[in-house]
Amino acid sequence: MTLGALAFTSPWILLAFLALPILWIILRAVPPAPIRRLFPAVGLLIGLRDDDSVSDRTPWWLLLLRSLAAALVILGLAGPVLNPEQNATQGDGPLLVILDGGWASADDWSERMASVDNLLAEAGRSGRTVAVLQLSSPEALVFLSASNWRSRIAGISPTPWGPTKAMMTETAHNLEKLESFETVWFSDGLERDGRFELLGDLRRKGPVSVVEGTVDVLALHSPEFEDGLIKISAARANPLLERDVLVQTHGRDPAGIERVLAELPMRFDTGETQAEAELALPGELRGRITRFSIRGLQGAGTVVLSDDRLSRREVALVSVRQNREGLELLSPLHYLRNALETSTDLLEGSLETVLPGNPHVIILADIAELSPIEEEALQTWVEEGGVLVRFAGPRVAASEISRREEHPLMPVRLRTGGRTVGGAMSWGEPKKIAPFDQDSPFSGLDIPDDVVVSAQVMAQPDPVLSERSIARLSDGTPLVTRKPIGAGNVVLFHVTANAEWSTLPLSGLFVNMLERLSVSTPSTSPDAADMEGRIWQPLRVIDGFGMILDGADLPGVDGTDLVNAPLGPELRPGLYQSGSRQTSRNVLAASETLDKASWPADISIKSMEPGVERLLGGWLLAGALLLLFADILASLWLSGRLFAARTAGLTALAIGLAAAPDPSFANDEMAIDATADVVLAHVLTGNKAVDDTARAGLLGLSETLYFRTSVEPSSPMGANLETDELAFFPLLYWPITPDQPQPSKAAYEKLNRYLRTGGMILFDTRDADIAGFGAASPNGRKLQQLAAPLNIPPLEPVPSDHVLTRTFYLLQEFPGRHTSNDIWVEAAPPDAEKIEGMPFRNLNDGVTPVVIGGNDWAAAWAMDARGNPVFPVGRGLAGERQRELAFRFGVNLVMHVLTGNYKSDQVHVPALLERLGQ
Amino acid sequence: MIDAPENLRARSEYEAAHLPPLLARAEHLAGAILLGEHGRRRSGLGDDFWQYRPMQPGDSRRMIDWRRSAKSDTQYVREHEWQIAQSVFMWVDQAASMRFSSASDIPQKSDRARLLALALAILLVRGGERVGLTGTTLPPRRGEAQISRLAQLLSQDDVVDYAAPEARGMLPHARAVFISDFLGDTAAVSAALTKAADRGVRGILLQVLDPAEEAFPYKGRTIFESVGGTLKHETLKADELRHRYLGKLAERKAELSSLCGATGWQHTLHHTSDSAQSALLWLYRALDGGTS
Repeated sequence: MTLGALAFTSPWILLAFLALPILWIILRAVPPAPIRRLFPAVGLLIGLRDDDSVSDRTPWWLLLLRSLAAALVILGLAGPVLNPEQNATQGDGPLLVILDGGWASADDWSERMASVDNLLAEAGRSGRTVAVLQLSSPEALVFLSASNWRSRIAGISPTPWGPTKAMMTETAHNLEKLESFETVWFSDGLERDGRFELLGDLRRKGPVSVVEGTVDVLALHSPEFEDGLIKISAARANPLLERDVLVQTHGRDPAGIERVLAELPMRFDTGETQAEAELALPGELRGRITRFSIRGLQGAGTVVLSDDRLSRREVALVSVRQNREGLELLSPLHYLRNALETSTDLLEGSLETVLPGNPHVIILADIAELSPIEEEALQTWVEEGGVLVRFAGPRVAASEISRREEHPLMPVRLRTGGRTVGGAMSWGEPKKIAPFDQDSPFSGLDIPDDVVVSAQVMAQPDPVLSERSIARLSDGTPLVTRKPIGAGNVVLFHVTANAEWSTLPLSGLFVNMLERLSVSTPSTSPDAADMEGRIWQPLRVIDGFGMILDGADLPGVDGTDLVNAPLGPELRPGLYQSGSRQTSRNVLAASETLDKASWPADISIKSMEPGVERLLGGWLLAGALLLLFADILASLWLSGRLFAARTAGLTALAIGLAAAPDPSFANDEMAIDATADVVLAHVLTGNKAVDDTARAGLLGLSETLYFRTSVEPSSPMGANLETDELAFFPLLYWPITPDQPQPSKAAYEKLNRYLRTGGMILFDTRDADIAGFGAASPNGRKLQQLAAPLNIPPLEPVPSDHVLTRTFYLLQEFPGRHTSNDIWVEAAPPDAEKIEGMPFRNLNDGVTPVVIGGNDWAAAWAMDARGNPVFPVGRGLAGERQRELAFRFGVNLVMHVLTGNYKSDQVHVPALLERLGQ
Repeated sequence: MIDAPENLRARSEYEAAHLPPLLARAEHLAGAILLGEHGRRRSGLGDDFWQYRPMQPGDSRRMIDWRRSAKSDTQYVREHEWQIAQSVFMWVDQAASMRFSSASDIPQKSDRARLLALALAILLVRGGERVGLTGTTLPPRRGEAQISRLAQLLSQDDVVDYAAPEARGMLPHARAVFISDFLGDTAAVSAALTKAADRGVRGILLQVLDPAEEAFPYKGRTIFESVGGTLKHETLKADELRHRYLGKLAERKAELSSLCGATGWQHTLHHTSDSAQSALLWLYRALDGGTS
């Protein structure tokens, strides 16, 4: 039905207007709902009749409001249309709507579909049957009612490929048997093979009109990496105007969140269809790039995925704990750094910091023990395709790793100790490297004469040893072994990464070997021959709008097709993987250009106008809703409840706002308290008695430090491992109770980071009176459980020359409330030697991260607010002496934490010797 | 049934919790009044010294104050100030209808009634009178302890919607104060007053009303419910009821006044929106005027 500029889609609903007078009468008859009120004087009211037997009427204006709302609802449901589209097409036969439907239509897809929808609506009003065809995914044509198709077109989305010649031919074939029809072709404005033939076929069936968008179609070429710069080029179809676009580089930040890494302006000059831009990015960022896109544009053509060509290999160097001093040339990483610097991007740091960056290669130089958390993460990383290269060294030789059974992250089992050949005290000459086998990755490398090996770790003879050895010494012992794990590898060099055990790191062979191990890979662009015969599995694919989808459920693609075949449902643009290599296929091939479509002169070309047709139904219904809302307010006001409702609402709002105090506040307070002075801290165990003792003990120790030394701590704190930041505390005292909860994984990561960055934990099992150190007591067992996930180096009982014995007082025992001598600290390096005439070894290393004992020191230190000891220690005068020694141990411990190995320096030897009376 | 001690204790704690504020407020209120309006100013039985007077015929020798008499030739008798203790009975409506206030800044009627009763009791006890409740729960006694007993009994809520005045247990020729909104049945009030008048008890009816009960500011369709929920009245146009309601209320007040006139009682009206002090002053004067 049409009334001037207004039409109704379902005019029969207007019949409901007949019901309006009835509604009026009903509304009039029903009085407003009563209010209940408390009123003590109701007794006086009883017996008072209302004068008027007619109910209190709803006021006329409220009735009008409600009737108006009802009228609006009826009008809205009747589906009024302002300016219905009248003259898009002529005729009344079947109508065929053809969409190019490729990536090039994606940018104005919604306008395109709105335009199609208008067309269908109009066809529906004039009762024509319609078919809609997407050229890029051809199907048999079905002519259905327009409303049927209108509900379907919401499900059509652009394909990431354009219509190919084969698709057009198929469409033409489908059309052959049909009677005459009219055609409207929504073109994306790009020239394509086969389009002209199809147009001819269509014109034989009936009139054809073409609708083109006004959008200038753009597409990016694959980026190239040259001379440290990323070169990005783009093509466009319509060269008329100057145009500036912004190319965005997307990638993951270290937290794994997708971000825009860089934005690069690019300019198309007037008359040019090509534009180029260059981007310089640090290697680290370059390795993170996942894709490039043009800002503000949609469509698969405006997105290209990056692949191997852009990323240099990222190599992470991890050595022993970072706080160790040493000489640069003795550093196990020095030669690796020099060998890899030019060809790779190096990351250095602890495992925990480099793993989230997902490097291609991780090199562990002489690291034997890893914490279980790190080991697990490392193993997952290797299984996903990482290459783990390990170098032997004194630590690996001394450790128990891979001794009895093969460690998952070691290629072979190792014999104890290793061997030294050609030294001053051994027979034989330093060994040379045997020529590489044919199937070794090193085959063909020249071995210089001067490369000799004087020490190595030895592999246990094993059935798999020969197949895992990829380099041997002249006497047949393995020099390099390799084991595949999942998609990745573990490689072990049986020598050190510095020149201590062999001259290998000094030679060019070292660099070549690393390159062959794909530690550093030169990047080459793929060609068909290179990729032939391999199946490439899609990792990520691009949809028509340029969104990235997971490609894991799509079938693999043959390498030749990946390079040469046109894009289609079987070959989608995206990132493909084979083995460790990744290559991307993008919408636009390297040298492809975009051409503007040209149509015969007698075809009318329209542009898509935004739909002038306006549906008024929604507005009317919204108006009705507003009126009903006004009705609610008016009814409330009439019955006197408006004010009450408002205050109640305001109160609820105020309560809502007042709740939720700021949680960050308390944390900041704590941080300021903890960092304003040196603060000793104890771990909160949840057992109040133990926590109180620990606190009193640390208070006593803090007082002692204050009086005797220049360390002036403020009052100690309890640290909650789960919620508190530990980095503020130099020393954590951790009393062990059998019932304390196991910290969470996050807490352990925090603890490991704390230990690695120079913190110290004093574990106290508090049971030295009844149990020796070990698993004998419940506390000892609990300690083993608690400490298992911690990254704790090998331990030894405190040697008599440990720096703890002389950081402030000269001590030989460390009593607390108990007097056991089982105190364990980090083991001295295996190469520490005692120099003749010196009272102690030259131990140039850092602070021991843990001290473990059971002497219940806190109880001996414990002091109440007046400075009196809380617990008795020992018996009589001897007991007081023991307490004094306990305090001295505490002072030495804090001094050790705060000054490190200062007292270990040989400078102090004369003074110490004098004090020792030697 | 005997309450478990802890239960009893919890209940008494709960009860005591709102005693001190009531007591404190009542004392505060009483303290503002107690300026010089005190003492019988004539001789009689009592503890306080009043005057020496020369011995008159008829005085027994035991009454001679020998120490004073030794200073002169005549004999003196030491007289004490007359301290007669009047018994004042109180009845405070504890029913549900009193627990009503029309706005958040106006106290409940029962709150005001208790405050006034307790403050009056404090004043009277300080003036040497004996104060108690009608009925048998608390016979009149003097002393501060009585105040706290009174406070405790006054804090107990009654569940019935409208209470009838309790007129039992009153001593002849005592004084009485009835505080209520008197919105319930007037027959009970009339019976109580008649009974009191028969025994020579005179007193005061203090009618405490909420301002909303005087103004009736309601309109529209409303269901009025008593606080206890026993009575209900529905009206379609509350505003049209106002005039007739006010008429009824005035009728009720007039009825109470005439009842009082017939029995020699005094009737007054107090609104919870007004200051408690003026009502207390009026009450005290009304009682004082009756006794002196």
